[in-house]
Amino acid sequence: MKSWWFTEDCYPYLPDENSYRSIRVELPNIHCDPQKASELYNRYLDLWCAADELGLEIMVNEHHQTATCMVPAAPIMIGILARQTERARLLILGNPLPNRNQPVRVAEEMAMIDVISKGRLECGFVRSVPYEAAAANILPYKGTERLWEAHDLILKAWTTHDGPFNFEGRWYHHRQVNIWPRPWQQPHPPVWVTMGSAGTAVPVAEHDYVGAAFLAGYPRIRSIFRGYRDAYLAAHGKPAPFDRLAYLALCYVGENEREAEDGANHLMWYMQANKVAEQWQNPPGYHSPPIAAAVMRGVASPGIPVNPTLDQQMAHGNVFAGTPDQVYEQIKAFWEYSGGFGHMMIMGQAGFLSDADALKSMRLYTDEVYPRLRELTERSDPAEVAERSRAMANKESADLGNFGIEFVR
Amino acid sequence: MKLQGIDLDVARMGSGPPLLMLHGGDGPVAGMPFATRLAEKFEIIAPVHPGFARTRIPDHFDCINDLVYLYLDLLDKLDLRETLLVGFSMGGWVAAEMATMTTERLSRLALVNSVGVKVGGRDDRDIADVLAVPGERLAEIMFHDPSMMPDFADMSEEQLETVTANRMALGVYTWDPYMHNPKLPGRLHRVTIPVHFIWGASDGVVSVDYGRGFCAMIPGATMTVIEKAGHVPHMEQPDRFVEALLAFAN
Repeated sequence: MKSWWFTEDCYPYLPDENSYRSIRVELPNIHCDPQKASELYNRYLDLWCAADELGLEIMVNEHHQTATCMVPAAPIMIGILARQTERARLLILGNPLPNRNQPVRVAEEMAMIDVISKGRLECGFVRSVPYEAAAANILPYKGTERLWEAHDLILKAWTTHDGPFNFEGRWYHHRQVNIWPRPWQQPHPPVWVTMGSAGTAVPVAEHDYVGAAFLAGYPRIRSIFRGYRDAYLAAHGKPAPFDRLAYLALCYVGENEREAEDGANHLMWYMQANKVAEQWQNPPGYHSPPIAAAVMRGVASPGIPVNPTLDQQMAHGNVFAGTPDQVYEQIKAFWEYSGGFGHMMIMGQAGFLSDADALKSMRLYTDEVYPRLRELTERSDPAEVAERSRAMANKESADLGNFGIEFVR
Repeated sequence: MKLQGIDLDVARMGSGPPLLMLHGGDGPVAGMPFATRLAEKFEIIAPVHPGFARTRIPDHFDCINDLVYLYLDLLDKLDLRETLLVGFSMGGWVAAEMATMTTERLSRLALVNSVGVKVGGRDDRDIADVLAVPGERLAEIMFHDPSMMPDFADMSEEQLETVTANRMALGVYTWDPYMHNPKLPGRLHRVTIPVHFIWGASDGVVSVDYGRGFCAMIPGATMTVIEKAGHVPHMEQPDRFVEALLAFAN
């Protein structure tokens, strides 16, 4: 089990929520004070450096035109960390390929980071979320198809070492591809791709890449991971090892329940501040017509749930919070239900959570939760865990049992 | 009808000289009262742009020219001659592009609140971003009388899915450059048949000034402005719309 520490780099100093329609796409940047932004960037970089020192791996992502995430160019953040960290694996999850018109440029950026970091890059590719369409001015129609074609070009750029090659696909065209540098890791850096459904998991499994699910919770995790495992077995003739699957949740570990509740409530800013106008959630061609219709009706949310509360999100398996024992048990229960995974991605900072509190949780996780999760995966057999998961009855939410009866209210 | 290997839905009604009718981004209009009236004088041929009204978008389709060549083929396949070509909004864009290529099978061209060109500077939003406006604003920019706008809340699941599928198809054909072809103004001189613009005065998608600017790009083109109508004068003022079109056709 590897654990990856992540923050979205939010800008939390927002005006009154009733004064704007959407935190994404259209919130005027007059509300962004560059001086405050600079302080925030440097704080977040320090937190990532702390994760490196503690023994956690590092994850970075990007979003555009939003106060929820001030990183519109993840390669820049990871480029800084490639130089400033010593040890951690550096995961970018990910490059929004359908919104990058030049896949070869992505291949170049990633190769550069891989070389600077001496082979520590883990390179994620994502289709990106609906809110990105307007910011990128890219129609999200056939985004998945474009993701995989861009991927093909990038992989070829990374692995071709005998001079320029030609690529003229359905979506991308590049006639003289010959990137410098080539990646440090051979034949190429590990690849991750996000999965939102059993169907999107299939090509990820077939490529033997790490499949990552974000905040899928109890309601969706099993179908996604099962889709991956079934496709993996069919393609490779053996069960998927744990290290092929990854899960992202919000996580806060406190010394006691009160501390944990306080920290977790700070993290909930990430979900609660995500006020997004409907038109940005539903750009043409992102969702299939039935899903788009459901979003229009307001009965489906394309990503983050509407009006999330901590207890509801903990029950769903989207937030793990408590004392070290409680967090371990929560993750273990979810891990067993999901059929097992080898990468725990932790959103460990959001909103106004102080650096001291973020660090405290990071340390408690590293010292007291992480070793037990490692042991859990080391002593378990992936096929058996998957088998046991298959036999479990469907669950929409966790039974939080005795954990924090006081806490979840 | 099979055309270019595509199953193309084509509504046909009425009799008389041929009228090829190209709908806008809100979907097929051949079932509307104004069309019934036109069918008394014309043989109406009204294809459904692939992707609209729950038809399939062919895998290789991704821009307006895909429709342009499709309908040039349709004119040939049906051997239409002396055709009155009428285009609404994005259908007007298709029609204008067709006419710059060849007017061999056309007699006249009518453009109704049509998009397709840029009339302002690069910082001017000539054409409202209908793919980005909030739902409640859409009624205001589309209609003179916003209460004409169908209420999504009253729609069946299937109807709403059709709305979202139409919106996806609209995006596929018009996303970038948005709703226009920068090259079109330089080609419009090739349109040598009579051209008439019909425009709803209260259009919030493309203003009357936009229509006048577009009209001025085609030598000899004329324009009728219909009061108390927005982007869809054929829906809001069907009688005056038909009157204007018939006056042009005769």
